[in-house]
Amino acid sequence: MTPSPDPSLALEVIGLRKSYGDVVAVNGLDLRVVSGQCFGLLGPNGAGKTTTIEICEGLNTPDSGTVRVLGRTWDDDPTSLRAQLGIQLQETQLADKLTVIETLTLFRSFYTNGRSVDDVIDLVQLGEKRKARMIGLSGGQKQRVALACALVGNPQLLFLDEPTTGLDPQSRRQLWTLVEGLKAEGRTILLTTHYMDEAERLCDNIAIVDHGQVIALGTPRQLIASLGAEHVIRLATAVGDNTDPSHLHPIPLSDLLALADVRGGRETETGYELRVGSVQTALPPLLALADARGVTWTELSTHSATLEDVFVSMTGRQLRDG
Amino acid sequence: MRIESLTQLTLTRFREFIREPEAVFWTFVFPLLLAGGLAIAFRDKAPEQAIIATIAAPAGDNAAASVSVALTAAASMKDAPIKTREIPSDSINDVLRTGTAALIVVPQAGGGVEYRFDSARPEARAARQITDDLLQRARGRRDVMPVKEVTVRERGSRYIDFFVPGLLAMNIMGSSIWSLAFAIVTQRNKKLLKRLAATPMSRLEYLLSFVLSRLLFLGLEIGVLLGFGVFVLDVPVRGSLATLVLVAFIGAAAFGSIGLLVSSRSRTVEGVSGLTNFVMLPMWIFSGVFFSASNFPAVIQPIVQALPLTALVNGLRAVMLQGVGISGVLPQLAVLGAYLVVCLTIALRIFRWQ
Repeated sequence: MTPSPDPSLALEVIGLRKSYGDVVAVNGLDLRVVSGQCFGLLGPNGAGKTTTIEICEGLNTPDSGTVRVLGRTWDDDPTSLRAQLGIQLQETQLADKLTVIETLTLFRSFYTNGRSVDDVIDLVQLGEKRKARMIGLSGGQKQRVALACALVGNPQLLFLDEPTTGLDPQSRRQLWTLVEGLKAEGRTILLTTHYMDEAERLCDNIAIVDHGQVIALGTPRQLIASLGAEHVIRLATAVGDNTDPSHLHPIPLSDLLALADVRGGRETETGYELRVGSVQTALPPLLALADARGVTWTELSTHSATLEDVFVSMTGRQLRDG
Repeated sequence: MRIESLTQLTLTRFREFIREPEAVFWTFVFPLLLAGGLAIAFRDKAPEQAIIATIAAPAGDNAAASVSVALTAAASMKDAPIKTREIPSDSINDVLRTGTAALIVVPQAGGGVEYRFDSARPEARAARQITDDLLQRARGRRDVMPVKEVTVRERGSRYIDFFVPGLLAMNIMGSSIWSLAFAIVTQRNKKLLKRLAATPMSRLEYLLSFVLSRLLFLGLEIGVLLGFGVFVLDVPVRGSLATLVLVAFIGAAAFGSIGLLVSSRSRTVEGVSGLTNFVMLPMWIFSGVFFSASNFPAVIQPIVQALPLTALVNGLRAVMLQGVGISGVLPQLAVLGAYLVVCLTIALRIFRWQ
């Protein structure tokens, strides 16, 4: 038996498994989302994020495992549980021919208690578009209507599945501001994304998901600190005029890793990527070694370590590669 | 069940329909065009004259020429049932092939006559009979029995009277099945159905909103088509309007639940289109919309009579043309009611929300 529900948890997932035929989508996944938190599920496409969130939303059933939403399971009275959740699905297309206000009035009618349609329209800053039909809205505006649909029931717990995928940078930032406002109101949010910057900015806690399992868990700062390095140096080389691919890595990686203050690294398609404690300490020996071996660095860039670097160091893949 | 969400869902259906001009056209205008076209084709008019072709008698053959004279005389009488036209003797086959004349009269040497016609064409057989009577009488035949003719052309027995209830039934079937199938599958395809399933919306409410909006439009559909039938085509409504509306509503509900069943699993509009046609095609053929279903062999009659469209067509015809009350259409209502309950039950069980 699973332990009794912890009242401080808005969402608890234990040992979740789901397969579609031979494809294992979720492979023993655990999550604990504390009330009032914004929790991020971060991972590439196909990592099992959407399957997980849809099981939590009661739209899909797991093969095994326990899901407790607001202390309850989907077995008892799903309708009253749905009344307390706000859901934004990936890729839902709301009815083209309805206006913003008609769409929201429809969704509002499903909830006994909720916020007024006008409030929600103002909240997502669509006052000017209230009488516009959905078909005439931009991608960002449609996404904000979808968010508004998730909010009309005044939910305690919000599920946002890739809310900014496919949006332009300005629309993404606009949505982030909205989500930050919701956090400030004390709502619990479970958010999936494959954007690192989004997770770093919005989430209190992050679970990095890959192949249907949580491979790392913590706050954005903890995850970045787990790299054991503050900065990342990217290098590309050219030996003389030779641009032959086999000459992209003229120095053995082990020699680079042996340098002072280098905590880790890997060969990339264009050169090297090294994780270091401090750029100032690591750079002089790096340049000296290149001089000694007759190697010229044609490109050299540094940045503070991000979640992207965490994902790469754990999986050896870029996030967007899927 | 919440009245507020049922109202909103029904309003949504209504808005989506009236904002789709093509749907409005196919539901309202197309049946009117069809009925109007048929009204022109089957309008009241005097019985047509049969067109008879004849070739000139051989020169100098007086006996043969007298046949031609008798034929021309018969055709020039007032209200003559035939109209003659002379054709060259080498075009007989052309005329027969193209059917531009029902009968060709070839005068024979010695005063006889030869009829050439296609015995498979009813109007050709009738033309032969009429022409023969005229010629035989002109030559002195006397009818031996007195005959009195009373011609009847009663309102309610014309083809258009037969056809309008059929058209009404076919329209109810088509719009009920299509509107549900198209709307539901589109929503499923766009994941809107899944989004709705994630709200506390009652699933029965969702399905009921389709029934309600159907009934709303049905009132309009019946009104437009029936009004056109009654006021423009002079089709009778002998039974009570209330009975007629009841039969139409139960029919629409039955076809609505068939539409729900048809669209309960499909994910694409293409997929559901095939299924819809598969369901409706047999009924277009067998249910007696265009001609009486009793033309089909007795062996398949049980199947023909069990089709929901047959029940609706027969029910509407009985009310409109024979003026029966509810008790007269109980068997048809029972058939439609059975489809309603069975299809709705299965549809609710197998309906796919995502």
